[in-house]
Amino acid sequence: MAVSIEAPRAPRTRTTRRTTGRTNYELYGWVFMRASGVLLVVLIFGHLFMNLIDGEGISAIDFGFVAGKWASPLWQVWDLLMLWLAMIHGTNGVRTIINDYAERDGTRIVLKVALYLAFTVVVVLGTLVIFTFDPCPPDAPANLLPSFCTA
Amino acid sequence: MPEAPAGTLYRGREGMWSWLAHRVTGFAIFFFLLVHVLDTALVRVSPEAYNAVIGTYKNPVMGLGEAGLVAAVVYHAFNGIRITLIDFWSKGTRYQRVMLWIVIGLFVVTMAGFLPRHLGNVFGGH
Ligand code: HEM
Repeated sequence: MAVSIEAPRAPRTRTTRRTTGRTNYELYGWVFMRASGVLLVVLIFGHLFMNLIDGEGISAIDFGFVAGKWASPLWQVWDLLMLWLAMIHGTNGVRTIINDYAERDGTRIVLKVALYLAFTVVVVLGTLVIFTFDPCPPDAPANLLPSFCTA
Repeated sequence: MPEAPAGTLYRGREGMWSWLAHRVTGFAIFFFLLVHVLDTALVRVSPEAYNAVIGTYKNPVMGLGEAGLVAAVVYHAFNGIRITLIDFWSKGTRYQRVMLWIVIGLFVVTMAGFLPRHLGNVFGGH
């Protein structure tokens, strides 16, 4: 896509005005990056506090820890929101980076198809896991499960 | 490629370096997030599968990598707020440089609180 910069204050002519792609989607994306960013500060800092600082931090993370958290609807909704917002924000950010550096049309298309594929797989998988997760799988050894499973 | 116009916030000095760091951290966090969702999805396979993979993360090398990731997120988050203030606050552009120093200050304070705790968990052998 060749970009030519017009002389300042040059009169607009029919030939220099873009006739396609005149939508506001880039503006919505720009606003979304900022709005989601503000929410993500709360979601991610809360996530990092609960998982890395509270209790015994990273050394306490295992199946029982995750199951204990997702037994509560609060953390299910928290993680779901964080997954979607971070993935849309990150995917849109990487799209910008691809647009900036991949100059050939073919390269750009290949990279973006891979990007959107990764987005879809990760968001669908993550969402399914949060909603279909069983904290007490029937045939698992009890010592790996959260304490409420045996109660 | 056409030349970038001169005299923008993003050309040279603090504005450019903070932008570059924002881009690099955002890019890195994105790829970590892809892996992070995949490894967490193992809870759906079995407790053993999840614990086995998370167990391989529990060594000093990964512990330091996690510290680096947290550093990237903390910078990206605070600088993201700075970008948003530059865009929406009427005095934002005038104070962009001061705000970068505030971002760096908050970054140092946050990491000073986080690192001893995290590295204690990583190397402390609970
Ligand atoms: C913690 C809270 C976060 C805040 C406050 C935040 C804020 C921002 C802002 C304001 C932008 C600039 C958008 C623009 O210039 O139009 C941005 C860009 C970006 N963010 Fe975030 N973000 C956060 C979390 C994340 C996460 C979790 C990821 C990865 C999944 C991410 C990846 C990116 C990427 C790749 C860019 C594009 C960078 C560029 O165009 O140079 N961000 N972020």
